[in-house]
Amino acid sequence: MLFTSVDDVSRRLAETGYLPSPAVATTVFLADRLGKPLLVEGPAGVGKTELAKAVAQVAQARLVRLQCYEGVDESRALYEWNHAKQLLRISAGRDETWDEARTDIFSEEFLLPRPLLTAIRGDDAKVLLIDETDKADVEVEGLLLEVLSDFQVTVPELGTVTATRRPFVVLTSNASRELSEALRRRCLFLHIGFPDEELERRIVRLKVPGLDEALAESVVRVVGALRAMDLRKVPSVAETIDWARTLLALGADTLDETVVRDTLGVLLKHQDDILKAAAKLDPGAL
Amino acid sequence: MTTPTGVAERLASLVGALRAHGVRIGTGETVDAARAVEALGLADRELLREGLAATLLHGTAQRPVFDPVFDLYFPRGVGGPDTASADRDDLRERLAAALAANDRASLGRLAAEAVDGFGGYGASSASDGWSSHQTLDRLRPQTLLARVRDDVRARDGGSGFTDRLLEDEIRRRIEAFRRMVAAEARRRVAERRGRDEIARRAVAPTADRVDFLFAGKDRLAELRRTVQPLARTLATRLAARRRRASRGTIDLRRTLRGSLSTGGVPMRPVLRRRRPARPELVLLCDVSGSVSGFSDFTMLLVQALHDQFSKVRVFAFVNRVDEVTGLLEHGAADPEGLGARIRAQATLTGWHGSSDYGVALGEFAERYGDAVGPRTTVFVLGDARTNQSDPNLAAVRQIAERARRVYWLNPEADTQWGTGDSAAPAYAELVEMHECRTARQLGALVGRLLPI
Repeated sequence: MLFTSVDDVSRRLAETGYLPSPAVATTVFLADRLGKPLLVEGPAGVGKTELAKAVAQVAQARLVRLQCYEGVDESRALYEWNHAKQLLRISAGRDETWDEARTDIFSEEFLLPRPLLTAIRGDDAKVLLIDETDKADVEVEGLLLEVLSDFQVTVPELGTVTATRRPFVVLTSNASRELSEALRRRCLFLHIGFPDEELERRIVRLKVPGLDEALAESVVRVVGALRAMDLRKVPSVAETIDWARTLLALGADTLDETVVRDTLGVLLKHQDDILKAAAKLDPGAL
Repeated sequence: MTTPTGVAERLASLVGALRAHGVRIGTGETVDAARAVEALGLADRELLREGLAATLLHGTAQRPVFDPVFDLYFPRGVGGPDTASADRDDLRERLAAALAANDRASLGRLAAEAVDGFGGYGASSASDGWSSHQTLDRLRPQTLLARVRDDVRARDGGSGFTDRLLEDEIRRRIEAFRRMVAAEARRRVAERRGRDEIARRAVAPTADRVDFLFAGKDRLAELRRTVQPLARTLATRLAARRRRASRGTIDLRRTLRGSLSTGGVPMRPVLRRRRPARPELVLLCDVSGSVSGFSDFTMLLVQALHDQFSKVRVFAFVNRVDEVTGLLEHGAADPEGLGARIRAQATLTGWHGSSDYGVALGEFAERYGDAVGPRTTVFVLGDARTNQSDPNLAAVRQIAERARRVYWLNPEADTQWGTGDSAAPAYAELVEMHECRTARQLGALVGRLLPI
């Protein structure tokens, strides 16, 4: 058990610089208590990957990361035999019998462990982060099922490797593809949305300590107003922090029309969004 | 299991209510939920809510159903508030203060008081029900906007850049208060009429299960927002189908290149990729008032999928037919106005305003016949209600002969087909007709029927 209570989760994550909402803290606590993987969904830039890093830091565990992409396969995710080394081994021992060579070249020495196998082997504490699971193909999900439900991996030549110490597993997804029901059922589900105003203010103050209290509040309010608009891509927490840093670098002490208009590009990434937001925030200018 | 007795039953009926709303929950998840209750305790209701959501739900779309159901099965309290119901002016006074301070806890208490004081109807002492509509009608929280704004301005000085955001912020707070009142009224009604019934009836279904033909304006707006995510998942599904469909001959060069790591032994043959043939798509949509919600949504969806196809052409009709492909491209920025723009800018009606499938289909076959070729898949969207006129089966037969496939998506339940002036069975004999009442059905159909 990593944590004693939900408050304990909040406090210790906050110490590492990650301020969790009550929903995040509760779900992390349950994932630890029930020993189930955590599936995190939400818009880009709300701190899904950061959460895994923060948990690893709290647990003083090694972070093992599997970055998914289209075309990631067994040999990238699970393990691979080191063919070149096996060939060397065979050509080095010319005189031995086939049986000797066969048992030898399929041993641990010639195995290249990839993230999933790494996370399961060994006795040290680990946090396994499977990032952007939705980018991987459907076949990889099938691969994950064995790992996530029983924490074991079967290597035909070696047998089944079972985790002696279960890693804390975090899967993230941007929901670009619907993950299969089978995978979802094995996980606790957590949706990280945009934080409420008060939490976001605290996040900004924590990440950009030099920023004036009143300015931080204005920043959060403007971002809140932009999120309520119908934009192609609404600003996320990462953008809020970027904007706060920009304002700090520019030495602005209060928001006004010029500053906002000049820096809107930090918050919004599409030209039509910028025009729409400028019209809304600054009705006199257009 | 050491959960207190009663909680297990409560949990089981919560799960039952969620299942009735189409949330798929297995026994394993229910057991996990019980373990979560055990680990979290019952002391903090919000923790319990998050814990149950984490164990029972599988997606973000299910949350809007979960929250009201949770409120019914694990209510904040029982009966009315302890304080005697106050008079209207006093309540509005305190509501204004709470809105100005954005104090959610006291807004919640005020919502309870408001429903208790103004929401009851029927015989006065033991009223028959509680109405959020009546409460809000008497309390009129929206009229507090100007007052709250002035209060906040007076307190904070009211200058600076963010001042212009204030009105919208207060509007959102009032909206939140209205939702609290609705939840509270639902809770009070549930006490009287039985939780299970209210959980099934009074909780709105998720957007993708709303019937197109009966969806209100705001539900349709909500539905339109699901177009982009749905299009994205469909696009990846199509891409996966295309990949699987491409079984070609052996690519010798890449096979040899790949065999280098196995000492020149070609252990994994690499197959040559087949070039994807990008199919053409023609959409023929009834946009008359009765089915406009359905066809708007489908048009936007197909438009969002347009880069999957070499050519997408969209035609709209009521009793005349006209091409609207161009209008749709601009429609992506403003989905709400799409229907109105189509009706304003395209010639869709002749002498009268009601839909006439026979004339419209005939005109399509005649004027735009060259839009349909052997590579084209045609989707007809409409309820096939001909207003008693000739269905013009010959035109449909002609389109079906030319096209690769023709599908008809009908937003009516298949039990309604053939009733009244519906020519659905006649059309269904010529082309494949599918019932398509909700966004979920549409997503499944499009994923299955779209050409690869």
